[in-house]
Amino acid sequence: MSDLELQQATAVSAAAHAPARRRGRMPRTGTLVAGAFVLFLLAATVAPELVATQDPNAISPVDAFQSPSPAHWFGTDESGRDIYSRVVAGTATSLLIGISATAIGLALGLVLGVLASFGGRIVDFGVNRLVEVLFAFPGLLLALLVIVVYGPGPVTATVAVGLSTAPGYARIIRGQLVAIRSSQYVEAARVLGRSPARILSRHVLPNALIPIFVLATLGIGQAIVWAAALSYLGLGAQPPAAEWGAMLAAGRTYLATAWWMTVFPGLMIVGTTIATTVLGRALTRRGRGER
Amino acid sequence: MTNTPAPALEVAQLRVGFGGTDVVHGIDLTIMPGECVAIVGESGSGKSVTARALLGMAGADSRTSAEHLRIDGLDLGAASEREWRRERGRRAGLILQDALGSLDPLRTVGREIEDPLRIHLRLPASERRARVLRLLADVGMPDPVSAVRRRSGELSGGLRQRALIAAAIALDPPLLIADEPTTALDVTVQARILALLDEIRERGTGVLLISHDLAVVSRMADRILVMREGRIIEQGSTGEVLEAPREDYTRSLIAAVPAEVPRGVRLSATPMRPATQSGALPTISSPLRPSHDPAIRTTPLLELSHLTKTFAVPGGRFTAVDDVSLSLHRGETLGLVGESGSGKTTVARLALALTTPDSGSVRFDGEEWSALDERQRRPTRHRIGAIYQDPLGSFDPRWNVGRLLADAVRGAREAGTSDVSAGPTAPVVAVLLDQVGLAASVADRKPMTLSGGQRQRVAIARALAGSPELLICDEPVSALDVTIQAQILDLLDDIQRERGLALLFISHDLGVVHHMADHVAVMRAGRIVESGDAGRVFTQPGHPYTAQLVADSPRLAT
Repeated sequence: MSDLELQQATAVSAAAHAPARRRGRMPRTGTLVAGAFVLFLLAATVAPELVATQDPNAISPVDAFQSPSPAHWFGTDESGRDIYSRVVAGTATSLLIGISATAIGLALGLVLGVLASFGGRIVDFGVNRLVEVLFAFPGLLLALLVIVVYGPGPVTATVAVGLSTAPGYARIIRGQLVAIRSSQYVEAARVLGRSPARILSRHVLPNALIPIFVLATLGIGQAIVWAAALSYLGLGAQPPAAEWGAMLAAGRTYLATAWWMTVFPGLMIVGTTIATTVLGRALTRRGRGER
Repeated sequence: MTNTPAPALEVAQLRVGFGGTDVVHGIDLTIMPGECVAIVGESGSGKSVTARALLGMAGADSRTSAEHLRIDGLDLGAASEREWRRERGRRAGLILQDALGSLDPLRTVGREIEDPLRIHLRLPASERRARVLRLLADVGMPDPVSAVRRRSGELSGGLRQRALIAAAIALDPPLLIADEPTTALDVTVQARILALLDEIRERGTGVLLISHDLAVVSRMADRILVMREGRIIEQGSTGEVLEAPREDYTRSLIAAVPAEVPRGVRLSATPMRPATQSGALPTISSPLRPSHDPAIRTTPLLELSHLTKTFAVPGGRFTAVDDVSLSLHRGETLGLVGESGSGKTTVARLALALTTPDSGSVRFDGEEWSALDERQRRPTRHRIGAIYQDPLGSFDPRWNVGRLLADAVRGAREAGTSDVSAGPTAPVVAVLLDQVGLAASVADRKPMTLSGGQRQRVAIARALAGSPELLICDEPVSALDVTIQAQILDLLDDIQRERGLALLFISHDLGVVHHMADHVAVMRAGRIVESGDAGRVFTQPGHPYTAQLVADSPRLAT
């Protein structure tokens, strides 16, 4: 979620001058794979019982610490629970946290960014200083601060992650709004006699925000990692809830003997992050008129 | 002819292709030492690719082949990249249009020029520095000692181009390739850079000059090659090509140069649009040069009086516009000429009331304009249209042409000035497109997929949607090739005649303004130094600065 990516997302005119070298209308292979993975995640969220048939929380001490096999694809944990089923069950939690945290960050960023760019010089100054102060804290530290105050749990973790991504969005949204408000096409609209309200709704907001929503898909992956990190530290989702970060933490003790307890939830985190990022980048390229 | 020196450049059957398509189809070219050969053509004709291919720089995904390619007698037709690197700079220097992009912004000018010396010659550092200073003095850089320490961003366009030329001639190469070396520069600066290149040529360097503008090359080139679609379609001595062109295309290039072409004479070969052809005599909507009608003369349509505008800059205020007064009558064209930074665009913005003057006032059609607040101004805005140098930037990037124009039509309807006041907008959009010479199918395209000329036509169509009485054109053709420029100027001329529009025509190009304007004002450093009838100002300039501009402005050297 950098300014560079934002530039890419909005550099529409640059593509017009670049030599056209398209790969036809088909998306890239990587995009297709990422899309398939995200579809699987969505299926696991909406109907986990269809994707994995075993009960994620069914304890069966006899089956503890089984390595991956046809019966248990990803093996079992210390209580004999099926890791695959737990990973699938955890998808909903992780995706929900990732998406809600991004939405919270985006909404807060939007409020701050709009305030800064439309609120006049003093408000702009105030918001910018606030954003700078928030930037000075490492994101995770800011999240920890929230949790210290409001206590651990998935909701707090979500809010905390959302809060810590807000300053980034705020700054980008402000920059976009300021740039577009002074752009030549907004000036052209003024020359045509358009009212400020119409210019705002027709030109400024759509052009400023559409690239930001695309950018936010890149942020979802990041939010999932942060939420998992908080759960790993025991500050997010609490055991026995099947959450990827919490599963990593639980498996840590058995790392030497039962690698599958940590590797598979870990792979899910990595895979989800990569898939959402790849899709986000594909959307960005589409915005630039590439394929 | 046994002891003639080796040609600076000798190439036979040069071909360049990208992917499956060839863009340069077999070019033969010889340049003798001390000779200047020009390749002229429009963008997309393959002239820049040719220039790069001659230096083995056509690009990684290109195929370049030639029967032979000899620079100063050395055959480089089959040279590897490593061999090319050894010879570039030593045997051939390259100067590009964009001096800002060609110089590293983080390195000083001195280091940039030192580079070729360091790479190709073993010289002690002190001698290298002395040569850099000598080179900068040679290219006419004022105060070389301090220029050495500056970075490209701190130099003006002309000085930057001089620094680039110094780097290109650092090793005294027998061949110098200049690709549009003056296109981005003001006329007075352009004249100086061309004089400098001419000096370098006189010292015995073969110069290949590449440009879209015949007028620019005609002063300097010994021979001209006209390039189109990757082929040389005509070549000969400069005199031959300009005076007795064989190809229609060459004729159209010559005709497109607006300098000294009287007003009303078409620049492009495209026929007049039927609307004007049918009415041999002016119809009701086309008043014939109303400037001579005393009744209309009394109230100017646009009147700027004693406008001053300053901007805050570090360490004070910069006066962009200084006591400027202008007036423009219905149906007339007022040309505003000046070099970059002279305040022309600020005048346009003041006239459009996009910025408020520090003092002075703008009146439109006898009424207050600049003194109103924006809400009061809005209902009148449709009476003033604007087109810009970069039309693409003035279009919402998400909208296609149809939506852009439909929006303008709807706006005009709300203001009650559209030609067709109700019903679907699509037919009105089609009429607008037709008026500017575009097919109705263009409505489905996004502006970024259109060519520069088409984009400017869309911009004109949008400006016309509100049936304006005044059109403010800020450098409307500066970014266009001469032939496209000619078409757009002709279009503006037609529209003005049909609708009786007043034009405020702003340009740095005297030839263009001379062709378009009835009256002209010359701007320098925020002030109007001279104004009056266009014919008079350009033929008998009363101010030394105008005289200088006229003398420096490129024209066909016939």
